[in-house]
Amino acid sequence: MRVVLAEDLFLLRDGLIRLLEAYDFEIAAAVDNGPELTRALVTIKPDVAVVDVRLPPTFTDEGLQAALHARREVPGLPVLVLSQHVEQLYARELLADGSGGVGYLLKDRVFDADQFIDAVRRVAAGGTAMDPQVISQLLARKSRDEPLGDLTPREREVLGLMAEGRSNVAIAQRLVVTERAIAKHTSNIFLKLDLPPSDDDNRRVLAVLAYLNAA
Amino acid sequence: MNIRATALAAVRGLVLALLSMVASLTLFIFTVVTISLSSVLVGVFLLPPLMAGVRSYINLRRRLAHQWFGVRVREPYRPAPEFQGGVIGMLERYRWIMTDRATWRDLLWLICDATAGFTLGIFAFALPLYGPYGWVLALGVWRPIVHSGGSDWYTFVPIRGQGTATLAGLLGFVYAGLGLWLTRKVMAAHTRMTGAQLRPTNERERELEMRVARLTETRSDALDSQAAELRRIERDLHDGAQARLVAMGMSLGAIEHLLERDPQKAKILLSEARESSSKALTELRDLVRGIHPPVLAERGLGDAVRALAMASPLKTEVSAEIPGRIEAPVESAAYFAVSEILTNAAKHSGAQRVWVDLRHEEGMLRIVITDDGRGGADASDGTGISGIERRIGTFDGVLALSSPVGGPTMVTMELPCELSSPQPK
Repeated sequence: MRVVLAEDLFLLRDGLIRLLEAYDFEIAAAVDNGPELTRALVTIKPDVAVVDVRLPPTFTDEGLQAALHARREVPGLPVLVLSQHVEQLYARELLADGSGGVGYLLKDRVFDADQFIDAVRRVAAGGTAMDPQVISQLLARKSRDEPLGDLTPREREVLGLMAEGRSNVAIAQRLVVTERAIAKHTSNIFLKLDLPPSDDDNRRVLAVLAYLNAA
Repeated sequence: MNIRATALAAVRGLVLALLSMVASLTLFIFTVVTISLSSVLVGVFLLPPLMAGVRSYINLRRRLAHQWFGVRVREPYRPAPEFQGGVIGMLERYRWIMTDRATWRDLLWLICDATAGFTLGIFAFALPLYGPYGWVLALGVWRPIVHSGGSDWYTFVPIRGQGTATLAGLLGFVYAGLGLWLTRKVMAAHTRMTGAQLRPTNERERELEMRVARLTETRSDALDSQAAELRRIERDLHDGAQARLVAMGMSLGAIEHLLERDPQKAKILLSEARESSSKALTELRDLVRGIHPPVLAERGLGDAVRALAMASPLKTEVSAEIPGRIEAPVESAAYFAVSEILTNAAKHSGAQRVWVDLRHEEGMLRIVITDDGRGGADASDGTGISGIERRIGTFDGVLALSSPVGGPTMVTMELPCELSSPQPK
């Protein structure tokens, strides 16, 4: 699987390259600034990109902007965004086109190599990987009179795990219930959020987006 | 309309004339006497309280000049420094008053007002009334005067009978006309005299003095809050991330030691060390958010406030019209002010919804935050609002709070600032 990597700190870039190579990823390009990243994403069209939000030259949200730009040029280009902090605002922007293949994780998550690689693979396959922190920020808030207000607490919990990018099997394991029960919850969620029937992956992304938009 | 305006000016002329005759004259005499008593020390102690009275009387006249005649007269007094207590303080006050040029100009004005001011005021009052007096003479009031053996002159007309009284009545029209024409002009001259003598000799100099006083105050506020902030950061680092790194170092030392003898135990310690590092990172992240939120650095005020709104327990709508980036220090001050107000709204207002409006117009950042809560917020209770006011004061920002009981509460802030060009996307 070919990866484009963007990270301006040498130590972290080096570490990520080694980590990804250890799990049999092929590093197609490793860049350290925004303009080069945009070029690499659009020309190489990698299977997945791992991108730091803050990059030179402006040291603002250069990486995020490059990723969003590239996804407009190459719809559905899988991008996993890494950052020292997570913002719901950015998560919403990443998911806004509703086409999936998006991840947004804290840099700390790299510590757990297996989980991190799992997230990269999920994003490459067109799923989502939202950081549990984004989700917990949402759950911490009292429910408002929103479409989400109709969801039962259990359904909200399932939606949260769905947003992290977990499959029904994984959610079932996590909540210690049968997979059938989770399937029922998810179809209820889709129904309550008024999501038209389509392939399951896409509906999951739209559900997460509705979740974030409820803010 | 003309008659009404003239009558009003005439009555005001009378009021000012009475004030001049009584208050201005009395205060002038008192002040001169007090100053001349300085040599025997009594004056030194009497002057400050007396001058406080004089200044408030003169400020009243300044206000009247503005309210009645539309001439704005600013206060020229030098801002009061901090006085010590006791006798030293009295001497300082005395010196402050005696070295202020405005004191001497006040004194000059008092005597001018008691003479010229009085004359003009009475003239303005009497002129329009003299006309109607001529008319009532002509209408028969001459009779009792002449019959009781009195003699009256209407200007140059001796009143002896209906003939001369009629003449006086005709002449009255001239006076009435003169009154309509002159009274307001006379009062305008009166006000000009007051304005010329009471306004600061050098407007610019005075503005600078006020500015220096304000800057001195806000600078010390800014330094205080900055020092407090640094102390907080130091404490957080010391008790948080620093301590965790020490613990990690110790764990790693122990792991090195145990690696061969007890690999099982070493493994447990390793996972603890990883836990520590991730906790340290979380703490550093929170600390960074408190110093300068990343989203503010990356996106600017509009999006940073949107991020705040998303995290707020209240339903918050944000509209932002800021075509560019605000200077970093102002941006940060504005962000934390909004953050604190939103927190207050969530805690105390009982509101369901909040609206935040941010816009930059004509070199001014305007922020309006409205909630639908129960209102009754008070800037003087607690330090919340006044703390925000102080902090934005450093940037010449002002804050207005409107919170009637029953709501809604509206906080308006204005900060002068420049925009830099928007960042290329």
